[in-house]
Amino acid sequence: MTNHWVDFKNSDIILIMGSNPASNHPVSWKWIQNAVDNRGAKIICVDPRFTQSASKAHLYAPLRSGTDIAFLGGMIKYILDNKLYFEEYVKNYTNASFLVNPDLKMPGENNGVFSGLTDGKYDKGTWSYQTGPDGVIKKDKSLSDPNCVFQLLIKHYSRYTPELVTKITGTPTDKLLEVYKLYASTGKPDKAGVELYAMGWTQHTVGTQNIRTMCMIQLLLGNMGIAGGGVAAMRGEGNVQGSTDHGLLFHIWPGYLSTPTASLASLKIYNEKQTPTTKEKDSLNWWKNKPKYVASFLRSMYGKDMALEDAYAMMPKVDDGVNYSWLTIFDQMYKGKFTGFFAWGMNPACSGAHSNKVRQAMTKVDWVVNVNLFDNETGSFWRGPGMDPTKIKTEVFMLPCASSIEKEGSIANSGRLQQWRYKAVEPVGDSLPDGDIMSEILFKVQDLYKKHDGPHKEALTQLTWPYGKKAGKHFHYDPRKVAAEINGFFLEDKKIENPTKKGEFREFKKGDLVPTFAWLQDDGSTSSGCWVYCGSVTPDKGILPMRRGQADPTGLGLFSEWCWSWPVNRRIIYNGASVDPSGKPWDPSRAVITWNGEKWVGDVPDGVGDPGKGRPPFIMKPDGVASLYGPGLADGPFPEHYEPLECPVEKNLMSPQKNNPAIKRFDKKGVGSDLDVYSGVGSCDPRFPFICSTYRVSEHWQTGVLTRWCPWLAEMQPGMFVEMSLELAKAKGIASGDKCVVSSARGEVECSAIVTPRFKPFIINGDKDNPIHEVGIPWHFGWITTKDREYNPGDKKAEVFTHGDAANLLVPTIGDANTMIPESKAFMVNVVKKGGR
Amino acid sequence: MNVSRRGFLKLSGTVAAVSGLGINLAPTAAHARELKIKYAKETTTVCPYCSVGCSIIVSVRDGKVINTEGDPDSPINRGALCSKGGSIYQMAENVNRLGKPLYRAPFATEWKEVEWEWAFDKIAENVKKSRDASFKKTNAKGELVNRTEGIASVGSAAMDLEECFTYQKFLRGLGLVYIEHQARI
Repeated sequence: MTNHWVDFKNSDIILIMGSNPASNHPVSWKWIQNAVDNRGAKIICVDPRFTQSASKAHLYAPLRSGTDIAFLGGMIKYILDNKLYFEEYVKNYTNASFLVNPDLKMPGENNGVFSGLTDGKYDKGTWSYQTGPDGVIKKDKSLSDPNCVFQLLIKHYSRYTPELVTKITGTPTDKLLEVYKLYASTGKPDKAGVELYAMGWTQHTVGTQNIRTMCMIQLLLGNMGIAGGGVAAMRGEGNVQGSTDHGLLFHIWPGYLSTPTASLASLKIYNEKQTPTTKEKDSLNWWKNKPKYVASFLRSMYGKDMALEDAYAMMPKVDDGVNYSWLTIFDQMYKGKFTGFFAWGMNPACSGAHSNKVRQAMTKVDWVVNVNLFDNETGSFWRGPGMDPTKIKTEVFMLPCASSIEKEGSIANSGRLQQWRYKAVEPVGDSLPDGDIMSEILFKVQDLYKKHDGPHKEALTQLTWPYGKKAGKHFHYDPRKVAAEINGFFLEDKKIENPTKKGEFREFKKGDLVPTFAWLQDDGSTSSGCWVYCGSVTPDKGILPMRRGQADPTGLGLFSEWCWSWPVNRRIIYNGASVDPSGKPWDPSRAVITWNGEKWVGDVPDGVGDPGKGRPPFIMKPDGVASLYGPGLADGPFPEHYEPLECPVEKNLMSPQKNNPAIKRFDKKGVGSDLDVYSGVGSCDPRFPFICSTYRVSEHWQTGVLTRWCPWLAEMQPGMFVEMSLELAKAKGIASGDKCVVSSARGEVECSAIVTPRFKPFIINGDKDNPIHEVGIPWHFGWITTKDREYNPGDKKAEVFTHGDAANLLVPTIGDANTMIPESKAFMVNVVKKGGR
Repeated sequence: MNVSRRGFLKLSGTVAAVSGLGINLAPTAAHARELKIKYAKETTTVCPYCSVGCSIIVSVRDGKVINTEGDPDSPINRGALCSKGGSIYQMAENVNRLGKPLYRAPFATEWKEVEWEWAFDKIAENVKKSRDASFKKTNAKGELVNRTEGIASVGSAAMDLEECFTYQKFLRGLGLVYIEHQARI
C-alpha cells in the first residue's frame, strides 16, 4: 500500500476492483464507511460478481474475469479525450514529456505486440528514450511531440473505445461510462481517489499490467502521494508485507536488493552493474545508495570479521535469466530435481496452483519438513486422496509451532506498519516458536559440518546467530535481538558527515544502533539486516513498533506515534507529490506535508527537497518522476489487453495476439509435465465452457489451514460451494444446495451449489444468443478436516467437519509475465450436478 | 458438569424460558459478565489473519486464554474485529493443536510421535546429505554460484518479521536459491 488503512477516510472516490474488502479485509470497511458518512465519498465496485463490497457500493459494474486492462484502458482514453487529467502533476511528476525512440512499434500497428518480440521474449532496444549528447533524456514539456510518452499514450489507448471495451468485458456501455466519469472526477487538485486491489488483479497472466494500468490512471489524475489517494495493495496475510520485505523470494534479498546472478562475479561488479545511475541533474536517485545497503546486509549475515567480498562470495547465486519461482519449484520437484523440501508455515498442497501436481511432486522428494499449528494437507500429503502410502518414499517431519499469541515478535501490515505482538501464554504442548525451531536445526547442521567435511561449509559455519541462548533443553530465540540486528549497528567507532546537512559531523561508537538508513555505509562499518527497517529501534525509545501513542495532529489519521512504519516512519509514501513544485499542498484541506518556513511538518516528507528547488519527488526512480511509460517490464511499456490463457473466446477482439506473448508457456512441448493439461487455449473447448474464478469468504483464511480447525468458523462456512447465476443453474438443472462437481482439465472438486443473481451471464462481442457464464468457488478447503476420510488412531479430528477439497486442484500451471503469480482468477471449467452429466 | 458450547446454548434457552415464568436472572448475568476477565493478565497482540493489522487484547488467567477482544486503543480497528479476528481464542484453546513433533517414515501408513531432539538430528542429517549431494560450486558456464540445488523452501508470511529475516539467513546460509512463499501466489 502506498498509503494506509485509516487513510481511506480521506478519499472522495473509492474504486474497488480486483478485491472484495467487505468480505476479505472486513475492518477496512470502517474507514471506507467513514469516508462515505463524513465526506460524502462514493464507492465504485467493478467485479465479475455482485460481491458484499458491491452491495455497499454506490455504483456497480460487472466485467468478465481477465478483462481489467480493457476496462481501465478505456478509462485512460476517456480521461485523455475529455482532458480530465491533472495537467501540472502529469507534466512535472511523470515521464509524460520524455521522448521515446522513434523505432518503437506499438500493438495497434504491430499485430498486437510491441516491437522486439522473438520467441516469447522482448528485446527492449526500441523501447528506450531519446537522449542528448550529454546523456540526458530529451523532453517536450508541451507534450505535443509525436514521440513523447503522452502522445504515445493517447495513440495506444485510442483503440480502447467504449464500444470495443464493452464487447470484450461484457460491461454495459452506460455502466462503463458512469464509472469512467465518476472516477475521473478526482483529477482535480482538491479531489482524491483511491483504488483497492488484492488477488483479483495479481492472479492473472497480465497481473502486473493490471496494476500498472491503475497506477497510470492515478498518475494522470494526480492521486499518488496525496491523502485519500494511492494504490492500495490489500495483502492477504498478516505479515506478507514483512516476509516480502525480508526477501523470502528467490529474486530478492531483504530490502528489495536483487539476488546476485552468476555473471556478477564480485561485489564490486554487482555494485557497478546493479546500482542505478541517472544523468538528470535534479534527480536524487535514491537507489544510488544501494551499495551501502548491500554491504550492511552482508555484515548482518557474516559479521564484521569476514571481508565484504568474501561474504558476497559465500552467498548463493542464481543463473542469469533463470526463474526459480513457485511454479518452477513444483514443476522441478515433480520432475525429481529435489531431495529435500521445507514447507514452513505453508500448505502448498492446497495453496499451490494445480494442487494435484504439487501433491504428486512431494512424493518425489526424500524428505519434507512441514511446520504448522495443525495437521494439514501438506504434512499429510502421503495419505491424501488417491495416495498409496506404502508406495511413497518420502520421510515427513511435521513440527508443531507456537501460535502468534504464544511468542513475541512483530508483523507488518499492508500499510507497512510494523506492530509488536506480545506473548500471552506458553506454547501448546511441546510446540516451539518458529525461531527456536530454525535455530536448533541450524545448530545441528553446523555441528555436522564442524565434525565432517562438506562443500563450501564456511557459508554455514561462519553464519552469525547472536539471537538468544540455550536455556534448559532448547535454544531460546530472542526476537528483540533480531529486531536490533534488522535495524543495524555501527561495527566500529566512526565519525560521519550528516547525509542531510553538509558540514555537520556526528560521532558513533562501535555497537551503536544506526539512526536511519541514510547513515548506513558501504565500507563494512555498519550492519543492517533490512535497510528499509533501519530506524525502527532506537537507543532512547527502544523498539518503536511497540509504541501506542494516540496523537494525530494533522487530523488525517496518520497516527505517527502508533507503532512504526517503514520507511523512516513515513505513513504515505510519495508524499512529495502532494505539494506543487513550489512546495504548496495541492489540497490545503488535506495537506500531508507542509513547509513551515524552516522544515516540512506533518508526515515524514518523501523525496521533496526544499520548496522550489526543483527536485522531482519520485526519488526511487532514477529519473525522479513516475512512469506512465514503463520500459522495464517484461511484457510491454504500456499495458495491453490479452486474454487469459484459458478463455471462453476464440479471438482477442483488441488484436490478433490472443495471450500475453511474454508468459512462460508450460503448455509448450518440453516445458511443463504430463500433468500440465489445459483447455480452451488455442480454441474454445466445449468440455469446459464456463469461466471460473476463485475467492475468499470472511470466515476462513487462505487454505483454511488454521480456520477449518476452529469450530466457530467451520460452523459458519462449512465447505466448498460453487456460486452460479440463475440462468446457468436453470440450463444445467441445478438448484441451490445440490451437490455438484466442478471440473477442469486438471481435476475436479465436489461443491454445494449456491444459485444467486450475484452472477449474471456476460454478453461478449454483442452475441446475445451465446452468453458466457462465469462461476466462482472459494479456495479455503481441504480433505484433512472432512468427515469421510480415513482416520488412524491418534489422528486429530476437527470438532466441526468441513466438506470438499482445494479449489486449486482446478487451477492451471501458468503465471504472470513479470511475477509468475498463477492465473487463479480466470480459467475454464465445467459444472454438473453430481451423478448427472 | 461438562457443558459443550452447543449444550450451553440449549441451557441458555432453558434459562430464558424460566425467566419468562417470572424469575429475574438479570443480576446474576451482570455479575457473571463482570467476573469474566477479573484477575486476568492482559497482553496485546495483532490478528494473524488478513493484513489490516487489527489489535486484540488477550486475557489470560492461570496460564489459559480466557478471552480475546478488539483493542479500542488501536487507531486501525478501534476495538472492532471480524469473524476471524474474533475467533483467535479458538486458535490457542484448541484440542486439535499439534503438541508433539510427528514423524512419518518412508512407506509408513501412519504418524509416529517423536522427541524434538531426535527430529532435529534426523532433519540435520537429511539436510547435510541433500546439500552435499546437490551443491554446485560453479554453473555450466563455469561461473561461481555456491548453491544447493537439491533443496527447496516455501514459507512463510505466517512467521514474525524477525523470524522471516533469520529464516532467509538460514536458507541462504545453506545455499538455497529455490526460496519462495505466499507472496508469489
